[in-house]
Amino acid sequence: MTLAKRIIPCLDVAGGRVVKGVNFKELRDAGDPVELAKRYDLEGADELTFLDISASVEERETTLEIVRQTAEQVFIPLTVGGGIRSVENVNELLRAGADKVSINTAAIARPNLINEISDRFGNQVLVLSVDARRADTKSGFEVTTHGGRESAGLDALVWVEDAILRGVGEILLNSMDADGTKNGFDIEMLSAVRKISSVPVIASGGAGKISDFAEALSAGADAVLAASVFHFGEIRISEVKNDLIKRGFPIRT
Amino acid sequence: MIAILDYGSGNLRSAQRAFELAAKNVVVTRDAKICSEASALIVPGVGAFAACMEQLIEVGGAEIIADRASKARPIFGICVGMQVLFESSNEKKDTQGLGFLRGKVSELNAPVLPHMGWNNVAAAPSSKLFKGVEAESFYFVHSYAAKEPVSESVNTMTNYGEDFLAAVEKDFIVATQFHPEKSGAAGAKLISNWVKTL
Repeated sequence: MTLAKRIIPCLDVAGGRVVKGVNFKELRDAGDPVELAKRYDLEGADELTFLDISASVEERETTLEIVRQTAEQVFIPLTVGGGIRSVENVNELLRAGADKVSINTAAIARPNLINEISDRFGNQVLVLSVDARRADTKSGFEVTTHGGRESAGLDALVWVEDAILRGVGEILLNSMDADGTKNGFDIEMLSAVRKISSVPVIASGGAGKISDFAEALSAGADAVLAASVFHFGEIRISEVKNDLIKRGFPIRT
Repeated sequence: MIAILDYGSGNLRSAQRAFELAAKNVVVTRDAKICSEASALIVPGVGAFAACMEQLIEVGGAEIIADRASKARPIFGICVGMQVLFESSNEKKDTQGLGFLRGKVSELNAPVLPHMGWNNVAAAPSSKLFKGVEAESFYFVHSYAAKEPVSESVNTMTNYGEDFLAAVEKDFIVATQFHPEKSGAAGAKLISNWVKTL
């Protein structure tokens, strides 16, 4: 009996479409979210993550509708993040069909939001998304906001420990240095966070080739997340899974 | 008709959609009459045990379940909805459960919690629930579980850090610690097996 390592495609959604850019810039259209979600489910995705990167309130309504439509058709766990500022936002998303939510900026601005959400819905519902990069801090990694453009003035490891105590059930660790580069996950940062985290850690940012996934799992990731390599068909989820099985990782087939 | 007991937060729509794949008429409700008359009642559950029990009692869910139990009418508990059927849990504080299954719920002894993701489950040989999905993976999200087999029941155990109860089938009660509604094709098969017994 073994818990499988999870492969999670991430769909960045804006204005009802999946988009993807390099280092959070130069957004490209990558397709219809509901169709992509269905395709990934068939290809063996273990979970799906929607990240709402919309700027306006109208677009957010569209995202809620996409979550509803996806939950109608896809019977694997769905995490939704982006723009969550209150317990009520979480309630709306869960009611629309999300199983988990991820928070980022709003938790940095007001850490007590973590306590509020986990007190109401349990810590298993809450993923802390951490956009981190290398910097001259105690651990050598700092938290950023605004898609990696600004420093949050927080040491990444200190923030992760604090958030776990407050009640997050999972850490989504995005490397702002590696994001979009396709040069592989930031293994050093991943190992550092894994060492101090009592909750599952999802590695994100930098996936470019099939062997990158095994490297992240070897460094202790419980799950790996990628976006553009899957959307543009450069790597198939089944290829990643076959490679990981060959290397002896527990994988759901 | 199958009723899904609505006693507060959580994503009941997903459960409804998954059960609709196998059954014609699935409603989300807390109406005592509908819940009592339904051919089966699903007790979902997310969040902490104590909070779930509080909510259950507040909306009259505890009475609804007790009423069905007294008539030996089918009940399906999912995740914390399974846990509340036991005698107690010590999550955050000692809390009494509904006590239809002997045993208590406690924290898993594992270095990383919650137990989150797909874990394989080897069905108990006499299980009807797992027919055709005897060796599949199902989706778990929890830190607490019942760890002892329930007497006079079909107990399907799995392991994360230690052995615990993944599913139990006892008379009119079926309960799973995993989420069949989020477990893809394997979960759909398990749900359909159960619906066929109704």
